[in-house]
Amino acid sequence: MDVKEALKIFALNHGDDALVLSHRITEWCGHGPELEEDIALSNVGLDLLGQAQSLLNYAGELGGEGKNADDLAYRRREREFTSLLLVEQPNGNYANTIARQFFYDTFHYYFLQGLKNSQDEFLKGFAEKSIKEVAYHLRHSSKWVIIFGDGTDESHQKIQEAVEQIWKYTGEMFEVSEAYSTLQKANILPNLDEVKSNYQTKISEVLAEAKLKIPEGTFMSTGGRNGIHTENLGYMLTEMQYLVRTYPDANWD
Amino acid sequence: MDENILLENFQKKVDAEIKVEPKDWMPEKYRKTLIRQISQHAHSEVVGMLPEANWLTRAPSLRRKMILLAKIQDEAGHGLYLYSSAETLGADRQDLIEELLSGKAKYSSIFNYPTLTWADIGAVGWLVDGAAIMNQVMLTRASYGPYARAMVRICKEESFHQRQGFEIVANLANGTPEQKEMAQDALNRWWWPSLMMFGPTDDNSPNSALSMKWKIKRKSNDELRQDFIDRTVQQAEAIGLTVPDKDLKWNEEKGHYDFGTINWDEFFEVIKGNGPCNQERLSARQEAYNKGSWVREAAKAYAAKKQVSKAA
Repeated sequence: MDVKEALKIFALNHGDDALVLSHRITEWCGHGPELEEDIALSNVGLDLLGQAQSLLNYAGELGGEGKNADDLAYRRREREFTSLLLVEQPNGNYANTIARQFFYDTFHYYFLQGLKNSQDEFLKGFAEKSIKEVAYHLRHSSKWVIIFGDGTDESHQKIQEAVEQIWKYTGEMFEVSEAYSTLQKANILPNLDEVKSNYQTKISEVLAEAKLKIPEGTFMSTGGRNGIHTENLGYMLTEMQYLVRTYPDANWD
Repeated sequence: MDENILLENFQKKVDAEIKVEPKDWMPEKYRKTLIRQISQHAHSEVVGMLPEANWLTRAPSLRRKMILLAKIQDEAGHGLYLYSSAETLGADRQDLIEELLSGKAKYSSIFNYPTLTWADIGAVGWLVDGAAIMNQVMLTRASYGPYARAMVRICKEESFHQRQGFEIVANLANGTPEQKEMAQDALNRWWWPSLMMFGPTDDNSPNSALSMKWKIKRKSNDELRQDFIDRTVQQAEAIGLTVPDKDLKWNEEKGHYDFGTINWDEFFEVIKGNGPCNQERLSARQEAYNKGSWVREAAKAYAAKKQVSKAA
């Protein structure tokens, strides 16, 4: 696989992750557990939306068909989306949302840390800007994991269940595809084993402070990067793409 | 000191345009009026998030989605500042929120109307935020210091909200025939309720005189409404939309638009709880509050544990 093709795939993969997760976050807007939290979570959603826009525009440029981020977000079908299964999982209760966010933020943070050394100028700049945002995301979600774990019996139980439920979707983040390995060889993407090792250290620390058990399950679901999603994604896209699909010739600006 | 002398001094101070600050003496009625008004405003910001969030997951471009999310986030922030300014008057945020959830406290009736199409998101920004700004600009000069200062900050953000709303409507009005129809339909539905946002006519607004005397308000409901109409009619014309009022006509002599009769029966029905979405809005707030209670309790319990371990 040539580097340009691989880069396009990578930009789509990570752009889709940010897009889909930000969409889930917007579903909370106006319905959060308190106003301060509505504001904090919206911040995370806004950052991810901005990142999705950058990466999808980049994927569009690399694709050479004149597509921009909106074309890719609003006019692709469910089998063409390459986001992780993790990020499309429904919001559930606030512990489910926080657990999903925590695992993704931890991965995202250490991934971007490695990406800051990328040989690709765009991705290097993207990582330098985004890591400041994601450092905040990680502080926010790990704070809540600890509060829930070490808060009341009820919150402890809810976050432990949430961690167990989402666990099987956390393996996919570390899969090395053909595109990934092409880019890693070209020093464009970080070594995923190193990212994983930092990730494991961090989640062990946070879960220990939260007095939570690390799940023992070793089975990991996969498929998102190849467009094989859970049933959740189709409904999300139906909603997200409704206007653009209903009025295909209209411009929404 | 004699209550009458205090009152006289208070009025002198207000007349001299010196701001009233939290620890200053103030008439009990002034305090109560402000708590009621500020908390209603805070509730309106919070409830007002709902009709807009209704379109967040269907926003038709990434840019629009970001702008809308940022705008709703601002509103949550406005709610927070306003609850804080009510607290400077001795109110408690928790009590105020409970009054909202029990249905005892009011919020702006406009948010009891549904956002049915994407164009409604434009109309809410253009008309609803546009009407709110008329009122809020006036309130930046309110006699109560913390309220006036909160308003300065809020107004800056509101003017961005109004602009983005107008931009959405203008974009639709210049779009495909279907988009233009969507924009006109939204204007038709939001125009009259927006005019009602300024409250009853002056001869029907018993509390206004005292608020004017104490310089909480500086313009009457009818004056503000007229300013809004004069400004907005021209904006509608500029983008080729028709304001749904057959009696609307420029009055050269007065230098203002004459306009038709507002349906005040509708206004009072919505206030009584019979608007299209009163129940939905209140139950959405109640549900968020109830579902969030274990989260807030966890945060409290955790903070208490940390306090103990720090003290030890």
